[in-house]
Amino acid sequence: MFGRGLKTLSIASLLLICGAFALVAFYAPNDADQGFVQKIFYLHVPLAIVALGGFVAGGVYAIRYLRSRDRADDLRSYVAIHLSLILGLAVLATGSIWAKASWGAWWVWDEPTLVSFLIVFLLFACYQPLRFSIEDPERQARYAAVFAIIGGAFVPLNFLAVRLADSLIHPRVLSTTGGSMPGEMRITFLVSVVAMIVLFVTLWKYELTSKHAGMQLRALKRRLGGEDAVGPLSRTAPNQV
Amino acid sequence: MALVRKDLALELRTKEAVPAMFLFSVSTFVLFRFGLDRTTLEGDLASGVLWVTLLFAAVLGMNRLFVAEREEGGFDAFLLAPVDRTSLFVAKAAVLFGFLVAVELAAVPVFALLLLGPSPVGALPELLAVLVLADLGIAIVGTLVGALAVQTRARDLIVPLLALPLVTPVVIAAGQATAPLLAEAGAAALPGRWLGVLGLYDLVFGLLALAVFDFLLED
Repeated sequence: MFGRGLKTLSIASLLLICGAFALVAFYAPNDADQGFVQKIFYLHVPLAIVALGGFVAGGVYAIRYLRSRDRADDLRSYVAIHLSLILGLAVLATGSIWAKASWGAWWVWDEPTLVSFLIVFLLFACYQPLRFSIEDPERQARYAAVFAIIGGAFVPLNFLAVRLADSLIHPRVLSTTGGSMPGEMRITFLVSVVAMIVLFVTLWKYELTSKHAGMQLRALKRRLGGEDAVGPLSRTAPNQV
Repeated sequence: MALVRKDLALELRTKEAVPAMFLFSVSTFVLFRFGLDRTTLEGDLASGVLWVTLLFAAVLGMNRLFVAEREEGGFDAFLLAPVDRTSLFVAKAAVLFGFLVAVELAAVPVFALLLLGPSPVGALPELLAVLVLADLGIAIVGTLVGALAVQTRARDLIVPLLALPLVTPVVIAAGQATAPLLAEAGAAALPGRWLGVLGLYDLVFGLLALAVFDFLLED
């Protein structure tokens, strides 16, 4: 059901990620101020963009779930948020390393983008505790969807509030003024973003396929051996029949 | 309206939520006096202490908001009644707003008496505007979070976990707007854009809550 195109996507994401890293290592020039350290930017920023996009996508699939009541949409929303949380950890780690290298501290409070990301991350970290403390599978999906919609709308609002609260020291790489990246950096950055998006979609499809296969296996086992053949429902995946 | 009256009557008879929220606020002020080791506060520190305390008190109220419905089967009765489901959201948000206003009517003067250095009387109208806008946002988000959490096993854990990140923008905006009002050099002008942020937050989450609240009440 979810497995179509998985092979092509896997190959594409492998090529794109390798290509992006090759561009980062050999093609993009070293930053004039920060030198080699600045290259973590090609990992950190695409990760952050994809993680935030994943949270919003989780909200969009949640809306679709509430409209269609199709369990597949709920699963899509769940997996998108789940993966974005993992990427979110990587964003906070790489951001912290970059902050230490370029500003001299592991954490910089008057830096709005990092702080807003942390708040969004903390909010979505509650997605799974909320979801798995509801027993009934249908209600679980419905409540998780409402939470995902609120969270998706919260992302832009939160960025606005935190941005207003502080002076700006974060580099505005793609600002409306046109940014300040030379051409080679810009190309490398765009390739990195595309590579990260394709990687995210591939991982997302893999997990969807795996979860779906697991559920089908349970259903078959149950049909063969009766209710006793299957253990208690896993608490690490949405319970679906 | 009947729903609001029912909840207010319940609160007046049991006196459960509002006195607890008020006592909690006063204890927290005392804790801050020793935690910060200051006898008077002003400016941004005063504003931060006030807002963090009010927010934690509000979390207590959110925890209690839907408990009676769940324990006494009020959700079923409500679903049987021929009314729009959105009206339950509006009623509950109004009740939580009322609780917050009642707590603040008592807790803010106590704060001014115990901890605040400069007198807030000169900036009273501005302070009231900030309080009302922030309460509105906390009431909307709190009602949503309370309704989300009441059906879960770990209700008292879920409410603060969800509510605190969600209301962070309110604390940022309200804290920034209140800080100049409590400044030692006398109240400075109120930065208008923070009221704008609070208003935008109230509007966005108000519309969002009206759109999604129905789905929480389906069974």
